Amino acid sequence: MHQTRRTVTLGLLAALGGALLSPLRALAARNQGAFEAKSAVDAMRALGMSGAAESKDIEIRAPDIAENGAVVPIDITSNIPGTTSISVFIEKNPFPYTGTFDFTAGAVPFVHLRAKVGESTPVRVVVAAGGKFYTTAKEVKVTIGGCGG
Amino acid sequence: MADPMKIRATLQGDVADVRVLMAHPMETGQRKQGGQVVPLHFIQSITATLNGKQVFSADISQAISRNPVFAFKVKGAKAGDEIAVTWKDNKGETRTDKTTVRGGS
Repeated sequence: MHQTRRTVTLGLLAALGGALLSPLRALAARNQGAFEAKSAVDAMRALGMSGAAESKDIEIRAPDIAENGAVVPIDITSNIPGTTSISVFIEKNPFPYTGTFDFTAGAVPFVHLRAKVGESTPVRVVVAAGGKFYTTAKEVKVTIGGCGG
Repeated sequence: MADPMKIRATLQGDVADVRVLMAHPMETGQRKQGGQVVPLHFIQSITATLNGKQVFSADISQAISRNPVFAFKVKGAKAGDEIAVTWKDNKGETRTDKTTVRGGS
C-alpha cells in the first residue's frame, strides 16, 4: 500500500496510542477502501452508494470509440435537482473508482475530466442528490492498434 | 516544485466556465521503465474557490490522465472575481494557482 505523509503521521500517532489500522482509516477523509476496490460494485459499497436508481437525467458525453486509452475525455452533466456530487467508475480498470466531484455554493453540476481507460468498458456515473443516489452508464470502446472497432 | 497550472475562467452570462490544466505525471504504479515499476505518484485531491469560498472539490484516483485537465462551471460569478485552484498529491506536494474571471463574448 502506498502511504501519504498524512497516513504516515496518523500511523505514528495511532501506533503511540496503540490503535489498530481499521479505526485509523475512518479518520482519513479520503475513502481509501473505495479507491483500492478492484470492482465497481465493491467501490460503490465502500462509498455507501449501493442500490443507486437508474436515471435518464444524467448525461455522459464520451467517445463511443476512443483511439487513445490514455486520454479519454468525459463530460458529465447532471440534470437532477439538488445534485451535490458526481462519482465516476471505469468498470474494467484495475481500480475502477476514478473519483468524486463535489459541488458547493453555486457550482453547476457539470464536470469535464480526462481519464485513462485500460480496455473497452462501461463508464458508470453515480450522482448524489438530496441524500439519494442515481446512476447511469455509457460504453466506451478502446481500440488497440488504432484501426479496430 | 511542480509547474504552475494553467487556469482560464470565462464568463458566459452569469456562469463562469473554468478550465484547469495541471502539470503532473499521474503515475499509476503499474507502468514499468527499465524493468522497474514506476512508483505511484498522482494528484489525490483538488479544491477550487470563488473569492475564497469553496465551490468545487474532488477526490481522484490515478486513473486520471497525465497532465490532468478539468472543467467545471460556477454560477453567480462576475468579471474580476478570483478563482483559486489547489491540488495535493500522494507525496504531500501541493500547489495553488489563481486567476481572475474574464468577461465573455
